[in-house]
Amino acid sequence: MPPVLQVRDLQVTYYTDSGRARALDGVSLDLNPGEKLGLVGESGSGKSTMALAMMRMIKPPGRIEGGKVVVGGTDLTALSEEAMRKARLSKIAYIPQGAMNSLNPVIRIGAQMMDAIRAHNPEEPRAEAEERCMRALESVDLKRSVFKMYAHELSGGMKQRVCIAIGILLRPQVIIADEPTSALDVVTQRQVMETIDRIQHELGCAIILIGHDMGLMAQFVDKVAVMYAGRLVEVSRVRDMFTDPKHPYAQALIRSLPSLENKGVFQGIPGLAPSLLRLPSGCAYHPRCQHAMEICSRAVPPLETINGSRQVACHLYVEKDLYAEKA
Amino acid sequence: MKPVFLIKRFLFLILVIWSAATITFFIPRLSPRNPIRERFVELARMGGFSPADLEQIVASYSQRFGLDKPLYQQYFDYMSAVFRFDFGVSLNKFPKTTVELIMEALPWTIGLLLATTIIAFVLGNLLGAVAAWPKAPNWLRATATPFVLLMGVPPVIMGVLLLFFIGFRLKLLPLGGAYSIGTVPTFTLEFVLDAARHQILPALALILGSVGGWVLSMRGMGVTIQGEDYVTFAEHKGLGPFTIFRDYYLRNALLPQATGLVLALGAVVTNGIVVESIFGLPGVGRVLDQAIRSNDFIVIYGIVLFITIAVATLMVAVELLYPLLDPRIKLD
Amino acid sequence: MATVTAVPQPQFRQPGRARLLIGYLRRNLSLLIGLVMLAGLVLFTLIGLLTIDPKDAYPLSVPTRRPPSLEYPFGTDFFGRDLYAAMVVGLWQTALIGVLAGAIGTFIGTVLGFVSAYFGGWVDNTIKGICQILTPIPVLLIQIVIAGSLDKRYVTIYTMALIVVLLAWMGPTLVIRSQVLSMKERQFVAVAKLSGVSEWEIIFKEILPNLLPFIAAAFVAQVFSAMIASFYLAVLGLGPLREPLLGNIIWAAQSQGAFFNGWWWWPIIPSVAIVLILGSLALINMGLDELANPRVRRTE
Repeated sequence: MPPVLQVRDLQVTYYTDSGRARALDGVSLDLNPGEKLGLVGESGSGKSTMALAMMRMIKPPGRIEGGKVVVGGTDLTALSEEAMRKARLSKIAYIPQGAMNSLNPVIRIGAQMMDAIRAHNPEEPRAEAEERCMRALESVDLKRSVFKMYAHELSGGMKQRVCIAIGILLRPQVIIADEPTSALDVVTQRQVMETIDRIQHELGCAIILIGHDMGLMAQFVDKVAVMYAGRLVEVSRVRDMFTDPKHPYAQALIRSLPSLENKGVFQGIPGLAPSLLRLPSGCAYHPRCQHAMEICSRAVPPLETINGSRQVACHLYVEKDLYAEKA
Repeated sequence: MKPVFLIKRFLFLILVIWSAATITFFIPRLSPRNPIRERFVELARMGGFSPADLEQIVASYSQRFGLDKPLYQQYFDYMSAVFRFDFGVSLNKFPKTTVELIMEALPWTIGLLLATTIIAFVLGNLLGAVAAWPKAPNWLRATATPFVLLMGVPPVIMGVLLLFFIGFRLKLLPLGGAYSIGTVPTFTLEFVLDAARHQILPALALILGSVGGWVLSMRGMGVTIQGEDYVTFAEHKGLGPFTIFRDYYLRNALLPQATGLVLALGAVVTNGIVVESIFGLPGVGRVLDQAIRSNDFIVIYGIVLFITIAVATLMVAVELLYPLLDPRIKLD
Repeated sequence: MATVTAVPQPQFRQPGRARLLIGYLRRNLSLLIGLVMLAGLVLFTLIGLLTIDPKDAYPLSVPTRRPPSLEYPFGTDFFGRDLYAAMVVGLWQTALIGVLAGAIGTFIGTVLGFVSAYFGGWVDNTIKGICQILTPIPVLLIQIVIAGSLDKRYVTIYTMALIVVLLAWMGPTLVIRSQVLSMKERQFVAVAKLSGVSEWEIIFKEILPNLLPFIAAAFVAQVFSAMIASFYLAVLGLGPLREPLLGNIIWAAQSQGAFFNGWWWWPIIPSVAIVLILGSLALINMGLDELANPRVRRTE
């Protein structure tokens, strides 16, 4: 089966007063239909930029400098502005991070669903479109009456569900959920995640779940991709990632998860996340890395497939003789 | 809408009217001279009134300002008259009452102010919204700038300058008055067109003088709204720019602007009156102008009270309409 | 950045500050243009005072109804005033009313706003309540009542200023009140309180210096609105009729039907003058706003 989403060498740069910030530096990624990918990393590592770049929603001073985003055979980066507008929500949908403020406070929920349908299928009869909205609401466990309500009449979890319902209105092939549960309490978080999980099964679409919460992520995704300073450093099956992370940064991330065994010992990651304006040479992680070698400050390690199923960008795992040859 | 809220707003309204009435009651009494009595003595000396008329003025006068009663009694009488909407009899245009004079002039004033305020509000908000909308073409965004520059020019001055350039130099429009001298107000097309021509310059003065304020506040508002998550999400939904502009951006930015409109009511009326008096339009402004020129104090105080009551009532009324604009607002 | 530059210190200081100021003014264009306009008006008045006889600003001093010429650059009016002399005196008087009323209004407002916010409780409720009740009342109308109750023969520019200020302290009161309220919540005040600094020291050493930009902005705004208020009163014929206030001249011109009679310069000269003076204040006000509230800068 061909991948439903192919990201190739995506590059995004922000031009600020204090210099150029490479927010995304050559990210490549494949996603099969029905696959669930978790995208994790510290704040500022480029997770949200990645989501916006795939939606082609990077605003000045940011720019997509290169690369391709192919969804179901269509290269989004090659589309006209108008064609891209139509592709949003119908091919690739985005469920926003701050669901608290993501709904227009002054028009009804129903109107905010209807305008989305209208923007893509203007000819669809009103009754049909309304029925479609109602079904979408029901499929995220909301009552039909929500259609006639305003955002302020809904709880945080309900608002997030409405956003999901809007995201699935046009049955997109790829859904990007940007920290969909970060503003919710633990119980609601779980319910919302279960809803997303069920919806994904029904639609058979691929999902990219962006988030900090590794624990929550572990229970819902198939694959985990770890980002650091605008690059993917490791992409592995979720079980591999949690039992045997390869990249030193991924190892540190997993180690920093609280567990009963290391109760009371808080393990953070030493050092600070680098500024995108002044990235360290070579591997951006090398100043914080315990295993840093001489080569690490010189060459950027490419994302290589190791052990057949996982990809890691680290000099530790590159065949030693590769360098021997060069030297 | 809870009745408690309605009662609270109503009490606030009463309080405002009471304050204005109290001020107009005490100020003439604090003054070292009593302008009304002086005017009255002057009128009596000049004659021209039949004894019966004079009696009536005296009655009206002593009811409102008579010094024969104790102060608290005068105050009480005055207040009860104000709340009965009785602002006394004109000293100059006897036997017309202040209310009659105002009512004759009011349609002109309401027509002018309603039209100019709506035009300025709509125009200013559209220009301001466009000026803050990054997707609008640059030439369109720049149209707002000249209006902002005109903001420092009070409408009266705008009126004088328009009179000079358009009325005096180019001779395109009349120099003042409500209709050409010699015509008699009738409901003929000719007369209506003539009257409309006389309204253009004052209307333009009021519009040009106030558009800039709306442009500026709307532009500020627009910049804030653009950063809101729901506008971004609307783009993620693949909505067209026009839908986003109208339903997500304008609708939300307009709410604070409506509040601004309420707060600006006092200035709207003030500017309207001064422009009317400069252009010699037959509105409340001219009644006030004539009253000032002829020391008709009862009419001056009456107009002041009337306008205060009107503005305060409008403010409270518009406030009660907010829930229609913003579903989040529950009045309580 | 450890390299030491060999620039001698004393030379470095003075031009540095001046350059900073110039650099700032270049970015804050409205402040710069406003200040230049104001300086121009001051210069006009100063040169004017040296070249005219102030008596010519009053009626019956010069031939009547002369259009602008070399002898009378701004023309003369129906009452025999030299409009050039009248502008020199009138601009000064109009500005004086504005500055006087603005200063008194800002002072009252600052004190009331401070007391209201700092002491809170019933004091705050009373002051805030009075401001709220007075706000819907169109101030000009009350000023009309006051001015109308006075004998015009005795109205001077000082009484004008007092009339204007009587009902023009609510704006600064509310502005300063909200600023003090937010400042009270800030950490440096809390720290000062915890470390036992006295109330008065907190007010004068901690809060007041931080309020200065807001007081300055409130003052300019107040001068602006006081000038408009006194101008409106004069345009309605409620000013000191003898004085060549800009509003008075326009009122007189319109009363005599200046445009109908072709004496266009009579109302136009004072109108241009008021546009210049109000425009410069509006620009300075916008510039100061940016200075006091840098967040506005980003909205451009």
